Amino acid sequence: MRQHKLALCKEHFLAWIPEQTQRIIKKYHMFEPSARILVAVSGGKDSLSLWQVLHRLGYLADGLYIDLGIDCGVDYSNKSKRLTERFAAENSMQLTVASVAEVAGANIPEAAKLTMRGKNKPCSLCGLTKRHIMNRAARDGGYDVLVTGHNLDDEVATLFGNILNWKVGYLARQDPVLQATSSGLMRKVKPFCRFYERETAAFALMKGIEYIHDECPFATGAKSIYYKEYLNQLEADRPGAKLSFYLSFLKAKESGLFAEVNRDARAELNICETCGQPTSAPEQCAFCRTWNQVRSRDVANA
Amino acid sequence: MPVRLTLRDKEFEVRSGMTIRHALEKLDIQPESVIPIREGELITDDEIIKDGELIRLVPVISGGCK
Repeated sequence: MRQHKLALCKEHFLAWIPEQTQRIIKKYHMFEPSARILVAVSGGKDSLSLWQVLHRLGYLADGLYIDLGIDCGVDYSNKSKRLTERFAAENSMQLTVASVAEVAGANIPEAAKLTMRGKNKPCSLCGLTKRHIMNRAARDGGYDVLVTGHNLDDEVATLFGNILNWKVGYLARQDPVLQATSSGLMRKVKPFCRFYERETAAFALMKGIEYIHDECPFATGAKSIYYKEYLNQLEADRPGAKLSFYLSFLKAKESGLFAEVNRDARAELNICETCGQPTSAPEQCAFCRTWNQVRSRDVANA
Repeated sequence: MPVRLTLRDKEFEVRSGMTIRHALEKLDIQPESVIPIREGELITDDEIIKDGELIRLVPVISGGCK
């Protein structure tokens, strides 16, 4: 690990990841040992590794898998669901599977064709739908906190993209911990936010975790991947650049950068009149508006 | 004998005697984006690759929206 000027053998690396996870949980006051945790699991290396680490650390962590219904000729969702279910069964972990088709009426690729959101790419609709289902599942299930497997490369790619476009609102919200709101947004935390993607992949491989190696078929050409490759080039020339970029950003935020923006955004949240979830819109949330549009167009096309 | 490296459905050949990091750079593969595996074991970037070896490269970059 050139960014830490640290070389560990397998045994010590496998101990280092949970130790650092615990340190990050404490440092950012993510949750208490008694918290009921819902981990959003995708079948990928990050979320499955995180779920296992939290269990080993003694946390009460259940899993939520969202079946997006993506096939694209590679059976993507079914494959990732099978791996997640097997992982949960082998580790005696509690898993809930939420199917987008059952919850909302159509799978993601079908729905994407019926909405203008995302310009023929389902990623925007997919993100919106997952955030909605995750928040609802955590709230209805009585969990204290929602946990996602975002790693440092995810965070840095997002940060880089938002800075390139000066998306100040998004920059203000990016944090290892998103606080719960009185309007119903669940507390959301990212305990792997300081691990490089390469570290979480190494952990999963060393632990023998069977995860989905295939990329989501719709991620081809995604900006996030382009940014990651670009940032990896920077990292190759300057080891530690990604970590430093992220930590400097968090430090600047802690010193008050974007504080004004964040205060304004939180004050504006309303309750969706259809589903009761929080929204910045005055009446219906984006999830309900978009999926109503999908269902009405589906009926019209029938 | 050359060293063979596989990445998804692609196969590359390089000469032995250099570090795996150097081999990846020669092939224009970002070392940060893969994990090299030899006989089922992860190897570090400074490992010297030897005659006739087969190294599997596991991609680590995931994308899209989590």
